[in-house]
Amino acid sequence: MGGKLLSLGEAMGRHVNDGDAVVLGACLEPDVPFAATYEIIRQGRKNLNAIAPISDASTDMLIGAGCVTQVTGAWVGNVSGGLGHNYRRAVEKQIPHPIAIHDHSNFSIAMALTAAAHGMPYAPLRTLLGSDILRSNPRFKVTENPFSETAEPVVLVPPLKPDVAVIPVQRADKDGNCHHWGNAGLIQEAALASDRIVLLADELVAAEVITSDPSRVPFPGYRVTAVCHEPAAAHPSPMTGRWRRDTPFLDQYHRASRRRDDFLAWLDEWVLGVADHHAYREKLGGRLEELRIKDDAPSAPANYAAK
Amino acid sequence: MPGSGSYSTQELMITAAAREIRDGEVVFVGMRLPIAAFGVARLTHAPGAVGLFECGLVRHAPATDMLYTMGDPPNQLGAAWATGLVQVMGQLQAGRVDAGFIGGAEIDKFGNINTSYIGDFSNPRIKLPGSGGAPDIAAMAGRLLAIMNHEKRRLVERVDYVTSPGYLGGGGARAELGLAGGPAAVITDRAILRPHGPLNELHLASVHPGHTEEEVKENTGWDLKSAPRVVETPPPSKEEMDALFKVDKEGFWR
Repeated sequence: MGGKLLSLGEAMGRHVNDGDAVVLGACLEPDVPFAATYEIIRQGRKNLNAIAPISDASTDMLIGAGCVTQVTGAWVGNVSGGLGHNYRRAVEKQIPHPIAIHDHSNFSIAMALTAAAHGMPYAPLRTLLGSDILRSNPRFKVTENPFSETAEPVVLVPPLKPDVAVIPVQRADKDGNCHHWGNAGLIQEAALASDRIVLLADELVAAEVITSDPSRVPFPGYRVTAVCHEPAAAHPSPMTGRWRRDTPFLDQYHRASRRRDDFLAWLDEWVLGVADHHAYREKLGGRLEELRIKDDAPSAPANYAAK
Repeated sequence: MPGSGSYSTQELMITAAAREIRDGEVVFVGMRLPIAAFGVARLTHAPGAVGLFECGLVRHAPATDMLYTMGDPPNQLGAAWATGLVQVMGQLQAGRVDAGFIGGAEIDKFGNINTSYIGDFSNPRIKLPGSGGAPDIAAMAGRLLAIMNHEKRRLVERVDYVTSPGYLGGGGARAELGLAGGPAAVITDRAILRPHGPLNELHLASVHPGHTEEEVKENTGWDLKSAPRVVETPPPSKEEMDALFKVDKEGFWR
């Protein structure tokens, strides 16, 4: 028992292996686990399948750093900036090496993870009919709805079962029980579908804090493999109630990633030349403090009393 | 520049987009311009409109602070529902969403939208970021509302890759797949196009003040036909301008 609490370096070293299918970003725009992205790059992981519906610039960074040979997702770019320059270089010019793309829409990847999370043999969808995603990703099948009396095409998506999902949350205890609030994107489906779950906890709390409000728990602690206490692990993406988005940082990345040489210099400055996420926070300094949410807008307490 | 100096092209587009939202409707809002349109609609003719965001948020009123993404803290504060993507997009698949906004790099005369690949997808000339939730909204919303910059290279005869289906090859092709709705309006910086005729081909329906039918057609990559009646897009009314000022306090779209 116990022993789930690891440093980010230990957690990525132990639980993310070369060739793994890794969910890095399941909440859409907020809570992208950039700290884990950076650590995976530092440790030089190879041949990853990067899974994310939308993961802001995180997937673009992994591609540019040469960690990724497959991308499974709906969108790779820079949410406020636009195109993903490393993604473009990899697909258009095979720089730093070729990558395979498994095209999805947000809803189809959500349902592929849902199928895996619930042990369903596949998930039927009404979406993607008429979309060329069915041509560029041959993993989907189109069949007839067996329950319909008239001809009705249905898309079947196979389960998507990642090796590991890295999920930033506002707070967790040392055993992996956690609270997450704000929009949830696909965090629940991605975590429950994955063999291993690594939590990046903005705050480490006592077990009683989590059990005081079990409705705020997205997935149970017994499924969690490792817990890293890492404040601002999602920087530059936002985290509800904790951190605002660092849009100028993402804009700067967007400009720097336009040319391969400038991207490599950016990578040296912000990832390879930084020892760990503690050093990254130190490097951000006052800029990070500016992004900390200081207002209070707490929810009303919920009473769970039994008698 | 177009029209008078009292409103920007973006403000006209926001107003035109707002007018597409009917009172009481449930609308997939998306980012940027449509968020402002949702806010203007709520403050004018559609106080009962509800906004959905695919990241897992439902709002009755737009956020009061500037958003760079739909998941930013101001969009969480005061939300009506914070949930997962499956719940929100599940409502879409269940046929319970009236309209949805999307943007795109390329659109064709049948309203098919490409945000994925320019050139052959197996060896593309340009890799665009991809679909996000756009194909889901395009396939399953009651009406699709597209917002585009009006350039010849963006409004093309046939898109290289259909990320988000419009009327596909035209006519009944879309309905045959069992898909709901389809494009209802394409709002550009020069005009509004709407499907017309048995093929559901996009026709010129409204020209923004300061632009001409000829100029709009010259900047369209297919032989754009006019609808039976082409009107001038009405400029923002006093009430709409007041709403715009409330929604866009920082003057981002001014």
